[in-house]
Amino acid sequence: MDWWLTPFLSNAFMQRALLAGVLVALSSAVVGTFVVLRGLAFIGDALSHGVLPGIAVALLVGIPGIVGAAVGALLMIGGISLITNRSRLSSDTAIGLLFVGMLALGVVIVSRSTSFSGDLVRVLFGEILGISPASVITQMVSTLVVVVTATICARPFLLLCFSPEQAQVMGFSSRRYHNLMLALIALTVIVSFQTVGTLLVFGMLLAPASSGALLARRIGAMIAWAALLGSAAVYLGLLISYHFNTAAGSTIVLSSTLIFFVIFAVQNLRARPAPRMEAPQP
Amino acid sequence: MTHATLAHPPQAASSAPRGAPCLIARQLTVGYSGEPIVADVSVDLCAGESLALVGINGSGKSTLLRTIVGLLPALSGSLTIFGQIPGATPRRIAYLGQARAASFILPLRAIDVVGMGCFPRRGLFGRITLEDRAQVRAAMATMGVAHLADAPLRTLSGGQQQRVYLAQVLVQQADLLVLDEPTAGLDAGGRVVYLDAMQAELARGAALITATHDIQEAAACTQAMLLSRRVVAQGPGHAVLTPEALLETFGVVITMTDRQLGVAVVEREHGHSHKA
Repeated sequence: MDWWLTPFLSNAFMQRALLAGVLVALSSAVVGTFVVLRGLAFIGDALSHGVLPGIAVALLVGIPGIVGAAVGALLMIGGISLITNRSRLSSDTAIGLLFVGMLALGVVIVSRSTSFSGDLVRVLFGEILGISPASVITQMVSTLVVVVTATICARPFLLLCFSPEQAQVMGFSSRRYHNLMLALIALTVIVSFQTVGTLLVFGMLLAPASSGALLARRIGAMIAWAALLGSAAVYLGLLISYHFNTAAGSTIVLSSTLIFFVIFAVQNLRARPAPRMEAPQP
Repeated sequence: MTHATLAHPPQAASSAPRGAPCLIARQLTVGYSGEPIVADVSVDLCAGESLALVGINGSGKSTLLRTIVGLLPALSGSLTIFGQIPGATPRRIAYLGQARAASFILPLRAIDVVGMGCFPRRGLFGRITLEDRAQVRAAMATMGVAHLADAPLRTLSGGQQQRVYLAQVLVQQADLLVLDEPTAGLDAGGRVVYLDAMQAELARGAALITATHDIQEAAACTQAMLLSRRVVAQGPGHAVLTPEALLETFGVVITMTDRQLGVAVVEREHGHSHKA
């Protein structure tokens, strides 16, 4: 029992890490579900890396990294819609183009200043064990915004997953709600970089929601499963990181990915197609 | 080009006045990003009337339907739906498009899909009432899918999914139904159920526009429009669907067994280039 609880009971930094991690997991469960269902994984990936130059510039000039991340995300989304609307290139191409460009720009900026390499690791992989109380509060506000917005927009978001055209004809502007969905992805990525890092936040968006997709038959249940499994991964990851002295953020994302593969393997070993199919009673 | 007048068809009650106008199009041109697909469409549709669009793939049926529901801007001409621009009256229009949900990943039950039909009238915050739920059950029963209510959408066959989507249309209690190939994938039983449901919708005063390959269904409509990247013929359903017009539209010879038009259309991709 000690092994499971003491690290959290006797260390304030572990408590803050657990709280911040669970908040990331909740936010990622909501946003990640829509990322998985709408096939927005690539744009989520691009956002999580595209914020890097923004953070790097912010650290260089001495403003909060979160402000730089927000500017980076805005440039990313703006650039993608510009290329998609003004050229014949697909959005995949536009996303990929901006993704590598922004990532390279970030590394170029960071490599220019020699005192910066430690910061780069921190930005990429987060500093969940050293998170400040102020950052936990920022995370709390952000998670609240994500959950409340998604609750308000539950119907249009559901329709978007079903068919953007149907959403439009039913009176819910598919462009407006699509942009709102992108904004929630961006918010989650921007705020979460302090905890799990820009490289790993994408794992938190994808892995728990994918596990949820394997288990759930309704979107609400999928979000609930993702939140539960994401929180479990945070707890497990922190525990392993504490006892075995591994990088906390990476261990959390690894746990989350492993949980997916365990569920996937169990479902396949039972030789039942995922998820459970129940023959309807006529 | 036979532009038959839009006079009331003989099979409808001859003395009854036409209902309130649902759709008025004048010299309407539809198409994608400046490229016209069908030009010079003029049509009136009133409450309780039905309009069938008949033509091969690529003839402009779906383009016209998508323009009517406001998904595509009209290229020129005028189009008003309930006196307003397309897309301005979402609560009065039910649309069934050809694009299908990626249902193999989407965790939705059949009843959830039908329940979406309540969203237009309830908006973002309106409560889904007991009456709404009863309507959802009733629509599923009408389409013969009540027993599939709790089944995940992805486990249903194509025809069963089509019935579920049609139930979603019925739940909306719309004044104008815009259906793109509603009988695609339906078995014989499904087709009968669909035709009965549409009769009931028309009887309660709804108007219906349907793109169809079913000549028999089209012939029973108040109006029919034969499309082949232009309006080949237009008028009362039974009068328009002549062998000559069908030949020009489809580019294939269609054998007519009798005046019942009991024919199935063999479709050919390049039929529209045929100069009859």
